[in-house]
Amino acid sequence: MSEVTLTELCIFACSEAFRNNGEIVATGVGPVPRLGASLAKLTHTPELMMTDGEAYLVEQPVPIGPRGYDDRKPAGYLPFSRFFDSAVWTGRRHAMVTPTQLDRFGQINLSYMGGTYQQPKTQMLGVRGFPGNTIYHTNSFFFPAHSPRVFVEGEVDMISGVGYNPAKRVAGGNYSGVDLRVIVTNLCVMDFGGKDNAIRVVSLHPGVTFEEVEEATGFPLEKGDLVETPMPTAEALEIIAQLDPHNIRASVIKDNPPAKRTA
Amino acid sequence: MLDKRMSAADAVAQIKDGMTIGIGGWGPRRKPMGLVRELLRSDVKDLTVVAYGGADVGMLCAAGKVKKLIFAFVSLDAIPLEPWFRKARQAGEIEVLELDEGMFQWGLKAAALGLPFLPTRVGLGTDLAELGGLKTVQSPYDDGETLIAMPALKLDVALIHANRSDWRGNVHLFGPDTYYDDWFAKAAAKTFVSCEELVDRMEDHYPGEAHANIFERCFVSGVVHMPYGAHPSSMPPSYGWDMKAFKAYAAAAKDPGDWAAVADRFVGSSEEAYLESIGGKEAVAALPLPIF
Repeated sequence: MSEVTLTELCIFACSEAFRNNGEIVATGVGPVPRLGASLAKLTHTPELMMTDGEAYLVEQPVPIGPRGYDDRKPAGYLPFSRFFDSAVWTGRRHAMVTPTQLDRFGQINLSYMGGTYQQPKTQMLGVRGFPGNTIYHTNSFFFPAHSPRVFVEGEVDMISGVGYNPAKRVAGGNYSGVDLRVIVTNLCVMDFGGKDNAIRVVSLHPGVTFEEVEEATGFPLEKGDLVETPMPTAEALEIIAQLDPHNIRASVIKDNPPAKRTA
Repeated sequence: MLDKRMSAADAVAQIKDGMTIGIGGWGPRRKPMGLVRELLRSDVKDLTVVAYGGADVGMLCAAGKVKKLIFAFVSLDAIPLEPWFRKARQAGEIEVLELDEGMFQWGLKAAALGLPFLPTRVGLGTDLAELGGLKTVQSPYDDGETLIAMPALKLDVALIHANRSDWRGNVHLFGPDTYYDDWFAKAAAKTFVSCEELVDRMEDHYPGEAHANIFERCFVSGVVHMPYGAHPSSMPPSYGWDMKAFKAYAAAAKDPGDWAAVADRFVGSSEEAYLESIGGKEAVAALPLPIF
């Protein structure tokens, strides 16, 4: 069997974020989060609900990459036309996404960088559903390249998703739905379990040091127990391979390194 | 008038400078591109455009038709960043109101129901309210909750592409997802629907499929028969999006980067000429549905 890759380790870590989430919609945007959510459904958390990436709910997660159109088997229906009233605004969802920036409060940005609202220096996608997602349901994040450009010093350029920043909380607002859960990167796994929801490193990928993570982060990090991120099991690796038959995962992290660093 | 059939030019003639125009569909899907192309051929300007944006928004921005854009994203999916929209934004050419996807449909619903706003938690804790001038309201009940008052997105005109219609405006919209097309129609003073298939009396042709009539004909002012009128966006189950056309369109934003130089390629002098230039109706009909 070929060597386990760092991406596969990340997929396994992402799947853990969905463990025991219950009967909610698990949405992974991008190959690693999607494979992570699918792996969770096929192993420890079968009660998760999942779409085919379009409009139907499937009980058998859809593999990524090219294939015949008709091999999806809808068991239910969740089109965009009822996505907000069924999934998002009822809190019945856990999304794992990759914003462009994330700050020490867990505030995220997908809209623009630099310049102004009127004339951004770099226009990106727009806030999409981030404001609603973050105030109503659980969110986790995956970043393939942990760096201070992503984990910014100060605050993100355009706050597109709610974080734990007290200065941004209007009196009387209901923030009880805000639930930022896990951050998986190419270096480590973090959560929001520090003081006042500060970001905390909870596990380091094999061979990575806390100092290395600090160096790649624009803000101070808290130290959790700092265990080593577990290697994926043989069963998990087999499922990942089935869900990604074209090995799209090989192109997610630069140079597709092995999970265990070689000297 | 019960017979609502008209040409695309007749429909677009009812759009005046400064109007607020809603465009149905979502990103690269179900866009009334034929009507948008007709709008691009007209002299209309200073529009406020309200859309879950794709190439419709990119083209209208590039052509200088847009005074203000109300959006949550502009994307071609496989080409995530809409290049012509980016150019317009980075040049500071358009005013914007940026919204969350859910707030956006909430604003359409407020307009449809004739309400000044609908309350929501969405937007709290982000920069949207401050940047967009959105105000808060307080619940008058014991909870006293502070909420964002999402203003009604009232439209002068909505443009929608339907799978089929009859001449009275009995529309059928199907495929996996019809997004918020029904709410665009209800939020607008006038809705013009282009359609893949035009029949005389819907009940004589598809009596068993009336559940596809997702909004009633009182919300339809005009019907334009425009087969393949969603190209280059997708129109399931008839055809998928045209990735080759999207790539050429995106590439043109870099080279030559000047809309005036390429508008003829992406708009054409008429819809017939446009369809001819992309290989004819057969070529569109053969576009496979996207796989997710």
